[in-house]
Amino acid sequence: MSSGNMNLTLKIWRQKNVSTAGKMVSYQVTDISPDMSFLEMLDVLNEQLIQKNEEPIAFDHDCREGICGMCSLYINGRPHGPGSGITTCQLHMRSFKDGDTIIIEPWRAKAFPVIKDLVVDRSAFDRIIAKGGFISVNTGSAQDANNLPIPKHDADEAFNSAACIGCGACVAACVNSSAMLFVSAKVSQLSLLPQGQPERKQRALDMVHQMDVEGFGSCSNTGACEAECPKGISIENIARLNREYLIASLTEKEPKKGSGDN
Amino acid sequence: MSSNKGLFKSSITKKIVMGLTGLFLITFLIVHAGVNALIFLNDGGQAFLKGASFMGTNPLIRIFEIVLVLGLLLHIIDGIIITRHNKMARPIAYYGKGASANSTWYSRSMGILGLLILLFLIIHSAHFWIPNRYAQFTTGHEIDLFGRMKFIFSHAWIVGIYVGACIALSWHLMHGFKSAFQSLGLNHSKYNPIIKTVGFAFSIVCPLVFAMMPISMYFGLIQ
Repeated sequence: MSSGNMNLTLKIWRQKNVSTAGKMVSYQVTDISPDMSFLEMLDVLNEQLIQKNEEPIAFDHDCREGICGMCSLYINGRPHGPGSGITTCQLHMRSFKDGDTIIIEPWRAKAFPVIKDLVVDRSAFDRIIAKGGFISVNTGSAQDANNLPIPKHDADEAFNSAACIGCGACVAACVNSSAMLFVSAKVSQLSLLPQGQPERKQRALDMVHQMDVEGFGSCSNTGACEAECPKGISIENIARLNREYLIASLTEKEPKKGSGDN
Repeated sequence: MSSNKGLFKSSITKKIVMGLTGLFLITFLIVHAGVNALIFLNDGGQAFLKGASFMGTNPLIRIFEIVLVLGLLLHIIDGIIITRHNKMARPIAYYGKGASANSTWYSRSMGILGLLILLFLIIHSAHFWIPNRYAQFTTGHEIDLFGRMKFIFSHAWIVGIYVGACIALSWHLMHGFKSAFQSLGLNHSKYNPIIKTVGFAFSIVCPLVFAMMPISMYFGLIQ
């Protein structure tokens, strides 16, 4: 073991599939370099398990550079582990000490069922997006960008909201498994810009409706989502969604029969 | 395509109702603390009894009392519905505990703090409000509220319950005050600091004023 390398105890949630009950299982890993990312450490463990003819641990990952939102993991009681503004792939083993016990769990929410081990089904987010996370544009050649004056401040706010990578850490962090930070970011990024105006009210109504249908909890304004979001999405978005939703509910007209709306 | 029919069922509406009723109940706390603080004039309860009698007999205020009870019931029922729904949203609890790193315990415990306050309110109304209204209904006269305060607050364990309830109220307000504004969509960098400061000050001062009533009566500081 080279200097600074660590031996660790891992307590990991193992679950065969969506319909069987899971449990925490302990594993030992040795000679872990502090320069490894957390996912590389799990790769090392999986290599060991494969060599012992055991089932490797299933976990989500893709880009491993903090932009895709695929990696999850609730590590030592926090989404994406210790530290702020990072995804799990950006978490490095130098954040831990030799001899530490690390608890690794999947995101916990009724709306995010565990598929296997640490992998959860986040398609609830996709269904929310499908309900209103779009704009309508005419096809044909693109118009000149300067045709649409957008104040710098609005553009910045919309961009900040659009930084959401849909990882679900907000849901995992929330005591109520609420998806309000995610939904509010998606509603905000479009409602702040002129391109998002035609569907503005219907978007807020439909996305919130789908969020409730999926079984997410409601927002207690604890701020845990904002604190754990790897992209620093602000709960100002949640206040904006509350406004957008209230105004839309009070003013959106019922579609007329035979008007082409359905 | 969903319509706006879902307004009364949506999770956001429930939170807006929670915020509105919460702020309404805060206005009641201000009036209640204000009138009762008249005992600190230490004039044998004269000013307090005048104030309390006005609050107890003025027809306009009696009508508003019904609105208050309805507002309180709405806050309680809505709170129970929200808390139940939120518990259902996470069927399997986490094994690792680390939530203190991202949020305050009291912001995550509004349901249980609310329940403690509700239990206290049952005791508290049995001490004063119900006997007084009962006496008004049967005899047409109010009871001697000041004398009753002195009697009830001569018991140490009751004083303990009242002080405990004030502490629960303080934590409930500490999160609830600013949370109500957020639920109503009132979040603006220009006004957030004042909401935070006023909310913090109110959640300390108001329960403290309330707690000082049983404490000072128990120690005989109010005659």
